[in-house]
Amino acid sequence: MGMPELLSSEMLQPQIAHAELVAQLTSVLPPASLLHEREDLKPFECDGMTAYQRLPLMVALPETEDQVREVLRICYRGRVPVVFRGAGTGLSGGALPYAYGLLLVMAKMKHIVHIDALARSARVQPGVRNAAISEATSPYGLYYAPDPSSQIACSIGGNVAENSGGVHCLKYGLTVHNILKLRFVTIQGELLEIGSDGLDAPGYDLLALITGSEGMLGVVTEITVKLLPKPEKAQVVLAAFDDIAKAAQAVADVIGAGIIPAGLEMMDKKATAAVEQFVHAGYPLDAAAILLCESDGTAEEVSDEIERIRQVMNTAGATEVRTSRDESERLKFWAGRKAAFPAVGRILPDYYCMDGTIPKKHLPYVLKRIDELSEQFHLQCANVFHAGDGNLHPLIMFDANEGNQNERAEAYGAAILELCVEVGGTITGEHGVGLEKINQMCVQFNTGELKAFHAVKAVFDEHGLLNPGKAVPTLQRCAEFGAMHVHRGQENFPELPRF
Amino acid sequence: MRDVLEKFSETIRQAAAEHTQLRIRGSGSKDFYGLALIGDVLDTCTLTGIVDYEPTELVMTARAGTRLRDVEKTLADAGQMLAFEPPHFGPEATLGGCIASGFSGPRRAAAGSARDFVLGVRMINGIGEALHFGGQVMKNVAGYDLSRLMTGSFGTLGLITEISLKVLPQPEQELTLRFELDETQAIASMNAWAAKPLPVSATCHHERALHVRLAGAAVAVGAAHKKLGGETVPDGAQFWQSIREQSHPTFAHAPALWRFSIKPTSPPLGLGKQVMEWNGSLRWVAEDLDPSRAFAIAHRADGHATLFRGGNKRHGIQQFSAGLLAVHKKLKRAFDPHGILGFGRIHADF
Repeated sequence: MGMPELLSSEMLQPQIAHAELVAQLTSVLPPASLLHEREDLKPFECDGMTAYQRLPLMVALPETEDQVREVLRICYRGRVPVVFRGAGTGLSGGALPYAYGLLLVMAKMKHIVHIDALARSARVQPGVRNAAISEATSPYGLYYAPDPSSQIACSIGGNVAENSGGVHCLKYGLTVHNILKLRFVTIQGELLEIGSDGLDAPGYDLLALITGSEGMLGVVTEITVKLLPKPEKAQVVLAAFDDIAKAAQAVADVIGAGIIPAGLEMMDKKATAAVEQFVHAGYPLDAAAILLCESDGTAEEVSDEIERIRQVMNTAGATEVRTSRDESERLKFWAGRKAAFPAVGRILPDYYCMDGTIPKKHLPYVLKRIDELSEQFHLQCANVFHAGDGNLHPLIMFDANEGNQNERAEAYGAAILELCVEVGGTITGEHGVGLEKINQMCVQFNTGELKAFHAVKAVFDEHGLLNPGKAVPTLQRCAEFGAMHVHRGQENFPELPRF
Repeated sequence: MRDVLEKFSETIRQAAAEHTQLRIRGSGSKDFYGLALIGDVLDTCTLTGIVDYEPTELVMTARAGTRLRDVEKTLADAGQMLAFEPPHFGPEATLGGCIASGFSGPRRAAAGSARDFVLGVRMINGIGEALHFGGQVMKNVAGYDLSRLMTGSFGTLGLITEISLKVLPQPEQELTLRFELDETQAIASMNAWAAKPLPVSATCHHERALHVRLAGAAVAVGAAHKKLGGETVPDGAQFWQSIREQSHPTFAHAPALWRFSIKPTSPPLGLGKQVMEWNGSLRWVAEDLDPSRAFAIAHRADGHATLFRGGNKRHGIQQFSAGLLAVHKKLKRAFDPHGILGFGRIHADF
């Protein structure tokens, strides 16, 4: 897949010799924590966006906050670019190494430092897996709510960098809504304590600024997360519709009825067919769309809410409405949705998972356009949708070994992102911009806005050493992309929106 | 409306060129807060109107000068609300002031803060440029979260002209219970209940009374009432309003009001007259405390203190570490390079 290439204006070279850098970093790290032989670097050449691969100069795996600070001080003095990596599960190339820089991997910092059950918070190191937090707090009847689909593997530090969401974020919020405090280290090795153990901090909301900043402003060395009481009960309704527009209307009706479900997901016919072959969850194969709508809370809240949800689905014209009868059935209903990506991966050797958000009311139009684009690019696309909050995951299926399917898949994906912006949405709901969507940032933001982003970056990293070439494009890149964009011809892409 | 916005940009550009101070002001309902109120007033009161509201999208977009009471009425008519329950502190309070001050009310601990519900802002920065950050969707991670950064920035980073907010349904039923508990017992109870799946939407302890507001489906509220017991309070809504708007006697007669934002399980502060909210995370102390003592006590309780109303503001209203102060000064310069928007409102140095 065509990785957006670095412009010559974006190239940064360290101002320290390779051997000297190795010596300095080795002196501040434990044995075997600095990798610089090629075969040792290979496992780190990509993150979850496996189509983009690049080797760094070297890889550091610190074990303590002090080591992180020392490493960054050395890099700052030597003007060495640094890319941070958690578990490497990101889907936008955010942890793709920089060829002339260091990859700083936080995976060894994986301790749960302290759980305060009464105050409902936990201090965790960035390398702790998302799911490991809830596993550790479960004995206290508490859990950590944000549940990205990769949660058994992804790291909480990565979640903070991307402001990750997940199925339950409609009701429980994103990462930014579920953390209290960060220990944050800048490229100069300075430690800042952001947030507090209370519910706010003095001055500007730096916690919100840093969450979702994709490793561009610094690195988190400890996170204090909020814990919530585990719900007493959870139950899910599966509703089938013979028409996408009816399913979209049902989503609006659920919200209109004053219900905020714990989860509200939609799968189209192609996604359902793929999933059913793989998981055999018993999904209705003739449905144009299926909805999974979950309720959680106290037993009384859930039975009341489930009854109201059933009514809404029936009134909206569902052809079939099923309710999970117990916990194992609830998990079975969800198994398909959770396996959507690997299921689609069985149909063709490759798939390209998109991530855009749109106002829910535009879903029928957007899906229709995605279908039209499918004809245009001669590629199939299955759609999975966090219906409650408008976050769409089109899965473009292709075979990288066949002709120019790679290029077509990429162009199809770019067209979908621009479609999201066209209807008043955004190019990324939860996977981040990383490298993948950097060109589309030029479509979503104007020059003044990009300059504001650069000015904020300069507050923390005036030399631009952190994660260069990611997340926020340079004005140079946008000028070049803009020219390229028009050149391709307006008939292939929607009108660029005006800001 | 474009003319109005263009005029704002022009005013800001001129002030930047002439290095004259501007003070962004809605109805002035939050004027009591902060340090110096200097400069020519940049009045947002005519910038009114709900631009877009779709109950089923859970989003409302309104111009900054729209009165908060009008926003709340429109939402209530559709059975929805601003879940962070903002204080008005004045009858003509604007939405812009609400978001620029970032204050949240009794429901904050259960539902989230003002900043949690901001989806996007349109703003004009300190050199008169019109910018748009975020959008109208909750899941949006493109670029840095500047719309949430603007929340609570008191007009020092730019003029907010329009805000998109997530809104939520009103609960079907609310019920306020009262328990006779001392401060230590109240802290223990609030935190214990917060760790259980109970539909608690607000807590408040004052003298020997702990008030708890249950909210949600009628069956859920009824079941929770059975579990918790306590005495029902007939005019609960009025009580919560007096806490939110600080019209309750403890606030109204305070010589000064300090706001402690600390770990909820912190033991009693022992500083005098107090109203405690948010499961113990928020403690209002209605005493004229020595600022260095207040800041030190808050720091030991893993939080921070703000001189919220009155008192001696000579040493500032909040304390910042050297590192964070440096970041604040730089961020201020990034948005307002000439330092003409509300300089010194939050801290003398930015």
